[in-house]
Amino acid sequence: MHVSRWGALVVLLAAAIVAGVAFGTLHLSPGDVMHGLIGDGAPMSVAVVRTLRLPRVLLAALVGAGLAAAGAALQGSTRNKLAEPYLLGVSGGAAVGAVLATAARAPASLIPIAAFAGALTSVALALLVARASGGRGDPRVVLMAGVVVGAFANAVIMVVLANADAGAIRGALWWMMGSVTDASWMQVRVLFVFVVVGVGVLVALGRAIDVLALGDDTAAGLGIHVGRVSLGVYCAGALLAAGTVSAAGLVGFVGLLVPHLVRLAGARTHRTIIAAAALGGASLVVFADLFARTARAPSELPLGAVTALIGVPFFLILLRRLT
Amino acid sequence: MIAFRDVVVTYPQRPMPALAGVSLDAARGHITAVVGPNGSGKSTLVRALIGSVALERGRVLVDDVSIHDLSRRARAVRIAVVTQREEPAFPLTVLEYISLGRYPHLGVWQSPARADLDAISNAIERTETSTFTARAITELSGGEWQRVRLARALAQGGDAIVLDEPTTFLDVAHEMAMFELLSRLAADGQAVLLVSHQLNLVARFAEHMVLLHRGHVEAAGTPSDVMQGAVLEQIYQWPLVITRDPAVGAPALVPLRVRTRGEHNS
Repeated sequence: MHVSRWGALVVLLAAAIVAGVAFGTLHLSPGDVMHGLIGDGAPMSVAVVRTLRLPRVLLAALVGAGLAAAGAALQGSTRNKLAEPYLLGVSGGAAVGAVLATAARAPASLIPIAAFAGALTSVALALLVARASGGRGDPRVVLMAGVVVGAFANAVIMVVLANADAGAIRGALWWMMGSVTDASWMQVRVLFVFVVVGVGVLVALGRAIDVLALGDDTAAGLGIHVGRVSLGVYCAGALLAAGTVSAAGLVGFVGLLVPHLVRLAGARTHRTIIAAAALGGASLVVFADLFARTARAPSELPLGAVTALIGVPFFLILLRRLT
Repeated sequence: MIAFRDVVVTYPQRPMPALAGVSLDAARGHITAVVGPNGSGKSTLVRALIGSVALERGRVLVDDVSIHDLSRRARAVRIAVVTQREEPAFPLTVLEYISLGRYPHLGVWQSPARADLDAISNAIERTETSTFTARAITELSGGEWQRVRLARALAQGGDAIVLDEPTTFLDVAHEMAMFELLSRLAADGQAVLLVSHQLNLVARFAEHMVLLHRGHVEAAGTPSDVMQGAVLEQIYQWPLVITRDPAVGAPALVPLRVRTRGEHNS
């Protein structure tokens, strides 16, 4: 990918972050934003910038970066253009882990870990289902297995919620529709670690994913341990899904859409695709969250609904170009 | 260079082994061709070499070292493999694709060095693919794609190249060019192990032929040793005669038409 396009992605993300901090119920000027960040502005705008807007914007950026990078890597390793944490059932598994931990009144710090355990369980289940049906190497079978595991995860969540009180159900529902409303600096720090580790592993595996995308036998001929590398991608994808799901619930279409946009912009090798998707995904979710909280202010739209509203028509246009 | 010793491979849920004690050698400086009917175990041989199937018994050796004692990467540095089918999922350019041949030579964060770039340009030159290195691999014709795959294997370097049906989608000219190139590689000292359906072509180019049937080595030796009418007729279950290639005198197989009732032989 050309240097100018990397530059464009960085500028886009910077613009998204500044816009995300500046706009909202209270509009701030770029000057207010800067003084708020430095901390020498009016106490009101410093508080808005530092405790409300900035963690929210950064959390949205991290969610987008993690989902898009995971989608890019999974599409490569499964050789399937529809693969992403949601369709593969990984996010569903993470959601089950998080819901079970919440229902068991586990401390907040344990929720991302429970989500990770759930995501890994769903990966294992999807791979077992694919293997049992004899389609281990067939990307379509893995995806179908993932869809089934995702549906199962949904059913588990509904069973858990059926016995919960009304308040808890409303909270859970809001979370399942995706939201960064209650962003805290603690969440930002936790997700930052998840995203740095997850995206780091995926970028390191980038070249191996290029080889894996050529097919199992060719990859084996080039010295790749196919099972181990694809498991590595699944685990890193599960880590990113767990981190984003426990921070912001279910935000769909980012992992599907952004890698395709990045490919259309000229990225072809997976190291480039994954890194560029992380930048692009971060911008997309920051803008989507900005829209979610300003379109019908003072009430908010669910973030997951906004990304789907943007994602579906975009994807239909892409589908024509991809097929 | 590459040696199979009494190799047995059985696929799960199959009663008969795909390879039932196969031994053969592919030496440096020669084209060794493995032939046989569909389902005789030819492709399983390649999959056993790259570790895609487990050996039930026997050993696969690379210069007397078992592939189990070699890392996959170390094996890939020495032996390049062009598998039977390969459908790229994403549109890399031809140059990017050929460069992936250097994958086993590079560390995780290492970028290609002078030697890598030389191997890549050398491979492009030998396969005559330089005119379309910027094109997407998903947009190549069948013949171009086979040449590009060979270029990727050549860029991989090493002293051995293994090809499974490399001429399936090629027309006569490209098929001959492919075999001529393999012949030059062997002359340069590479071990070329070729799995092929093209008995007649193989008989012209290979020094050593191995005939597989139901996982067993049915015959092995020079093309004249292996191309025996009675044996081939038995194995392929089809009437045929062996004649001589008019150009070079190599044995050539001519399958006969089966006379059916009501059809008159004129």
